[in-house]
Amino acid sequence: MTVLEVVRPGALTTVQDLGRPGWAHLGVPHSGALDLPAHRLANRLAGNPAGAATLETTVDGVALRAVGGAVTAVVTGAPCPVRVAGRPAAWGAPVRVPAGAVLDVGRASAGLRSYVAVRGGVDVPAVLGSRSCDLLSGLGPGPVAAGAVLPVGAAGAGAGAGADVVPVGGPPAELLLPLLPGPRADWFAADAPRLLGRAVYRVSPASNRIGLRVEGPGVERVRTDELPSEGMVLGAVQVPPDGLPVVFLADHPVTGGYPVIGVVPPAALAAAAQAVPGTPVRFLPAR
Amino acid sequence: MSVRVLRVGASALLLELGSGAEAGAWHAELLRRRDAGELGAVREVVPAARTVLLDGVADPAGLAARLERWEVPALAAAAGPLVTVPVRWDGPDLAEVAGLWGVSSAEVGRIVAGTEFRVAFCGFAPGFGYLTGLPERLQVPRRATPRTAVPAGSVALAGPYAGVYPRSSPGGWRLIGSTDAVLWDPEREPAALLAPGARVRFEEAR
Repeated sequence: MTVLEVVRPGALTTVQDLGRPGWAHLGVPHSGALDLPAHRLANRLAGNPAGAATLETTVDGVALRAVGGAVTAVVTGAPCPVRVAGRPAAWGAPVRVPAGAVLDVGRASAGLRSYVAVRGGVDVPAVLGSRSCDLLSGLGPGPVAAGAVLPVGAAGAGAGAGADVVPVGGPPAELLLPLLPGPRADWFAADAPRLLGRAVYRVSPASNRIGLRVEGPGVERVRTDELPSEGMVLGAVQVPPDGLPVVFLADHPVTGGYPVIGVVPPAALAAAAQAVPGTPVRFLPAR
Repeated sequence: MSVRVLRVGASALLLELGSGAEAGAWHAELLRRRDAGELGAVREVVPAARTVLLDGVADPAGLAARLERWEVPALAAAAGPLVTVPVRWDGPDLAEVAGLWGVSSAEVGRIVAGTEFRVAFCGFAPGFGYLTGLPERLQVPRRATPRTAVPAGSVALAGPYAGVYPRSSPGGWRLIGSTDAVLWDPEREPAALLAPGARVRFEEAR
């Protein structure tokens, strides 16, 4: 059996797929890859279905040794140097990693999270239909550790999809987040969404897979009583008592007790997943 | 039973009701209609304290218009499956709760065992159910200082809720007992022993 042996786990590397939809009523977060387009692209180029598990790295990549056979790997997401057995290899294209050789996914030159797909997928056991590592609830495999062994699944019949050029996206200099109306807009002053749209925030280093936190002016609430816990969606912008908005990402809790002023559409969250701390953030109120 | 239907972004609706009991009735009705194929495409139905969230809704505007016309009956007392949880009344906060209630420690277990609870919603951790049913005069505040580790299986009270910790975690609820029942096992069907809508009785473990 072919496996990947973790030589260098990096700052935080987790197994991710499309997540665990359908279990929120039992307290199970959705989870799944934060930059879904990058996850899907890596799988497509590796010849995997979109639901195959990839590795999501954070800032400084990961190094993996192919053991028991060669693997075909693809790195997408945050652009970074890729090396196989010490030699430069392609980013955004299938690379062959011979048995015994190390695939080194380096530090991101822009953005935060790179995705590593291997043909056949990372075949750790699924929990409730998903292999995603959920850092809030602890479901799925934990973050990968040095020396860990990750099974590689059997490749399907499909060949890897070709691509002449994979655009190196790279995160924008400014993170623009459309803001659709939220259920508790009436907990804020009438002009709060507009003021929120005018203010410039910066991505806080306290951001993680649960939420994108920002630094900047506080949003003023007109109601200060306690909101009974209610269901939360991906992209919900919660405003805790300190007034600083938190944008919920994949591992967000299924219920929360702070009012939601607006919702960032999921399509805009891939960019949020790649925004390094300090990146300017603007919310764009939309209808 | 009037409902406020609030839009949540492009593909979700939050139904706000006047009370937890009404939210429970709406949750039951939503599940009944979903099972009957009358709800349309909805990915998640998430009850909470006074709301039900519908997420992954294909046609939120159309569904919102239909929901506002629904007549939802009050929840029948016997609605929902009954789950019995065997408990030892050995929690470290038992005497404190007895003091707050003005009864003996032994009486606390008898009162809780004599109460039929309902799982209003889950949250905090997978399989952690918020159980309603305690009369208002028996509500106890959370501990001033949460414990850094509450053992799995701890039976606890806080505010209007009772709950059982599915696994060891930090927590500020008052611990009155413990159970060997497995609250959460993702390999089991159903994974959660206490799912929203279930009725729950605690009985003295033998």
